[in-house]
Amino acid sequence: MIEGHKIDETNFNPPLGVGGILLDERQKQVSVAGANERTIDCNKASVAGSVSQRACVFCGSRVVLYPISDALHLIHGPIGCAAYTWDIRGSLSSGPELHRLSFSTDLQERDVIFGGEKKLYQAALELINAHKPKAAFIYSTCIVGVIGDDVERACRMLEDETGIPVIAVEAPGFQGSKKDGYKVACESIFKLVGRVNNPIPAKSINILGDFNLAGELWILLEYYKKMGVHVNATITGDGRVEAISNAHNAALNVVQCSGSMNYLAKLMKDEYNIPSMRVSYFGIEDMSDALYDVARFFKDDDMMNKAREMVKEEISRMMPALAWYKERLTGKKAAIYVGGAFKAISLVKALRLIGVQTVIVGSQTGTPEDYELIKKLCDEGTIIVDDSNPVELSHFVKEKQADIFIGGVKERPIAHKIGLGFCDHNHERKEPLAGYEGMINFAKEIYATAMSPVWKFTKTTDPLTP
Amino acid sequence: MTTNILDKGNLVPLQGLGVDKGNFNSPLGVGGRLGGYVSTRNSCKLCAPLGASLVFKGIEGCVPLIHGSQGCATYIRRYMISHYKEPVDIASSNFSEESTIYGGSRNFITGINNIIKQYKPKVIGIASTCLSETIGEDIPGHIHNYKEENANTGAKLPTFIHASTPSYCGSHAEGFHNTVLATIKTLAEYENVRNEITILPGMVSPADIRYMKELLEDFGIKYTLFPDYSETLDNEYTAEYQLIPTGGTTVHDIQRIGNSKATIEFGASFNKSFTRLKDKSSVQTAGEWLESKYYIRNYQMPLPIGIEASDKFMEALKTISGKELPEHHRKERGRLVDAYIDAHKYVFGKKALLYGEEDFVTAMADWCKEIGVEPFYIKGADFETLKEKANEFQPDFLLGNSKGYYIARERKIPLVRVGFPIHDRFGANRMLHLGYRGTQELFDRVVNALIEYKQENSPIGYKYL
Ligand code: SF4
Ligand code: SF4
Repeated sequence: MIEGHKIDETNFNPPLGVGGILLDERQKQVSVAGANERTIDCNKASVAGSVSQRACVFCGSRVVLYPISDALHLIHGPIGCAAYTWDIRGSLSSGPELHRLSFSTDLQERDVIFGGEKKLYQAALELINAHKPKAAFIYSTCIVGVIGDDVERACRMLEDETGIPVIAVEAPGFQGSKKDGYKVACESIFKLVGRVNNPIPAKSINILGDFNLAGELWILLEYYKKMGVHVNATITGDGRVEAISNAHNAALNVVQCSGSMNYLAKLMKDEYNIPSMRVSYFGIEDMSDALYDVARFFKDDDMMNKAREMVKEEISRMMPALAWYKERLTGKKAAIYVGGAFKAISLVKALRLIGVQTVIVGSQTGTPEDYELIKKLCDEGTIIVDDSNPVELSHFVKEKQADIFIGGVKERPIAHKIGLGFCDHNHERKEPLAGYEGMINFAKEIYATAMSPVWKFTKTTDPLTP
Repeated sequence: MTTNILDKGNLVPLQGLGVDKGNFNSPLGVGGRLGGYVSTRNSCKLCAPLGASLVFKGIEGCVPLIHGSQGCATYIRRYMISHYKEPVDIASSNFSEESTIYGGSRNFITGINNIIKQYKPKVIGIASTCLSETIGEDIPGHIHNYKEENANTGAKLPTFIHASTPSYCGSHAEGFHNTVLATIKTLAEYENVRNEITILPGMVSPADIRYMKELLEDFGIKYTLFPDYSETLDNEYTAEYQLIPTGGTTVHDIQRIGNSKATIEFGASFNKSFTRLKDKSSVQTAGEWLESKYYIRNYQMPLPIGIEASDKFMEALKTISGKELPEHHRKERGRLVDAYIDAHKYVFGKKALLYGEEDFVTAMADWCKEIGVEPFYIKGADFETLKEKANEFQPDFLLGNSKGYYIARERKIPLVRVGFPIHDRFGANRMLHLGYRGTQELFDRVVNALIEYKQENSPIGYKYL
C-alpha cells in the first residue's frame, strides 16, 4: 500500500528523512526542532493538487462571525457554501439563536448570467423583516465578484431601508486561506464597534477570540467575575451586536488564539487606543497567567489576591486528579495538528503536565513567530509542519510512533485507520476544554483515548489471517 | 431541485414549492406559495461536486480533483468524512485570485502533476465548481493539452474523467448522476454483447452496494456495479494509511459496460432537472444513454425499497438470468411479510415527514404507503419550509437524514435516520435500505421508534408490547 507513493527520489531531497513524501513546494513548510535553523515558510497558499486540510477565506470569516447570535448571517452565492456551514460550530448562546440558521441566496444559473444583486436585496430584506436581527452580515462567496454583483451597494440600501447595520463580508474563497478570512471577519466586526456608547465600569475588558464552544466562555466569565473584572463584549462567543458596538469603551482587549482576533485588537488599538494582551485559557499555567496578567494590567492588588486565591483553590482541587493521570500516561506520545498555532502551544504544555510528550506539531494558520516559539518549547526531534495533508501526516505519525493524535474532524479517520487514538480539539467539541475544569476534561479524554482496550486489536496481527 | 424560481423581471417568486400531489394525497392545499421566501433557509440539498466526488470514490484507483478554489473541496471532504468516518482525500486545484482572472490552466497542470507524483492514481476524476464554470474554464481542453504535452515523455498517464458540476444548475444528486453518465460516456466501449449486466444503483450506502453484489452473485449473474464505494468508503482497519483505499469499480469493468446485455438503474428523477440555460432539454441518464448508443436494454426502476419495489427488481433479475429467486432471498421476503403482519398496527395511519434526495424520497414514500403510513414531503423544499409546514401536517415521525433532527427535537417526535448525511450517529455505512433485507431493517427501525415513543410517553412503563 505504501508503494503507491514512493516518489522518485532523484529530484527530491526530503529535508528530514521522512521518507520522501513531501511535494517539492512543501519542503520549506516542514521543520524539525533542534535540527535545522530554517524558518518555516508559512502563510503560503496551498499547493494546487494537494489535499489541503485548510479551508477558504469565506470559511475563516464565517467561523469567526458565526457566534454573534442576534445577527442575521446571509450567504450570497450558490448553495454549497451555506449548506456546509450550517450549524457548523458548537458555539453556545445564552439568548437568541438566529446564528444557527443557514440562509443562502442559493444562486441559480440565471442569476449567474443576469446578476444576483436584486435577489440578494430581496432575500435580505425579507429575512430582516421576518427575524428582526440587530445587524446583518452578508457574505460574498467566490462567484459573486466574478458575476459583478455590487454587494456593498446592496448593503447600503438595506441599511437605509431597515435601520440596522448591514455589513458586507467580502470573503471570496479564492482570495486566500482561512486566515485571510479571519482578517475579513475582524474588519467586519470593527464596522460595528463604536456605534453605541453605553456606560460601563472602568475596570472592564473585552474577551476576544473565545467562541464559547461547549460553554467555555461561561467558565471564563465566572473566573473574571470572581476577580472583580467586568467583561464588556465577548467577541464573538455568545456575542451580541450591542455589546460589540460598545466594545471601544473597554479598558483592555484580552485576546485568545493568535490566528483569528489579533487583527481586530490592532484595529481597536489604532483607532481607540485600547491596549491588548495575548492569552490562552488552555492548561493550568496559561489559564492562570491569563488571570494574573489582567490583574497586573489594572495594577489592582485586591484583584490579584482574589486571582491568586482562586488559582490556588482550583489547583489544589485538581492536582490529585492530574497526578493520577500523569502516573498512567507517562511515556505516551502525541501528535498535534490544529487550526491555530497558539492553540498548539498550549496543547504541548498541557500534555506535558500529564506526562505526554509531543512529537509532531502542526497548524493550518501559524505565523513564523508562532513556529519559532513552538520550536523552542518542544523537545529535540519534534517535527513541525505548516498546512499539512493526510499523506504527510500519516507518515510523520508512523515515523514518530505517536500514540495519540489531536486534531480536527478531518484527521480523525486517518488516525483511526492507522490504529492511532484520536482526541478532538476542534470546533465541534461538546466538552469544555478551557479553564481548570477543562484541563481535567482534557486529561480524561487523553486517558480514554490512549488507554482503551481496543488498541490490542490494532497492535497485534489478526490470528485468523493466514 | 430548484427551490425558488424567480421571474427575472419583477423578482417575485413565481413558482413556490409545490406539494407533490402526484404521488399521494396530502392534507395540505396544493399550489400555494409554500416557502414563499426568496432565500433558501437551512438547505436540504448540497452541492454538485459532492455527488461527483462520491462517484469518483467508487472507481478503483481514482483520486477526485475539484477544479476551483480550495474551500469547496475542504468542505466536501469534511462533510463526507463526518458521514462515512473514513479518510476522504479530495484534491483541489486551489484557485487564487490570479487563476480566477487569467484562467486556471496553470493550476490544473500543477494540480495533476502533484496528484500523479503523490498518489500514482490510475484515474483522476475532475469535477468543476461554480467558480470554474462561471469563469468558463475549458476542462476538456485542459485535459487534451495535458495529454499532448506529456505524450512523448513515455510516462503512462492516468485515465482522466471530467464531469461538469456547477451547483447553480443542480444539487449533489444531479452531480452524482451526471458524473455516472460522464464516466460511462468517457470509458464505455463496445466489442461484442456479453452475458453480463450493468447495475447503476445511484446514491446508496456501502451496505446497500454490498447487498446488491451478494444478491447478483446469488442469482449467478455476471455484472458490473458502478459506482462501487462499498470498500473505499467503508474499509476495514488497514494499519497502514492507504493513499488510495482499495476497492471500487475498475476502469476495465467500466469499459466493458458497453458490452452488457442490460442495464438496471435505480431512481425517479435522476439528473433530469439538471438543465443549462443553453440547453433546456433534460439530461439523459446513464442507462438511457447506453440504450441509445449501444442498444442496451434499460430497466429503469425506483430504488427497491419495500416489497413491491423489490419484487419489481427481482422480477427483472429473474427475466435477465432466467433463474428463480434464490431460496434464502425468498425466505427474506417471507419473513418481511410476516413482520408486516405482526407489526402493522403500530404503523398504520401514522404520518411521516420525508426529505432528502428525490430518488430516495419517492422510493421511501411508496414504501410508506405500502405499510399504511401517510408520507408527506415537499419537492425541493428547504428545512425551514418543512418545519413550518409540519405544523399543519402534524407528522408522527421524521424519515430522513440527520439534518432534520432539529425539527424532530422541536416537535418531540422520533427521527428515523436514513440516507445521507448521517452526522450524528454511528454506522451510516452499514445502514441497509434496499431489497427485502433492507426493508426489513427499515421496518424494524420505524416500528421500534414508534413503540419507543409511545412507551416513553406513557404514564405506566409497560414491559410488553
Ligand atoms: S461554490 Fe459551488 S461548488 Fe463550491 S461549495 Fe459553493 S456551491 Fe459548492
Ligand atoms: S472556496 Fe469559494 S465557493 Fe468554495 S466554499 Fe469557499 S467561498 Fe464557497
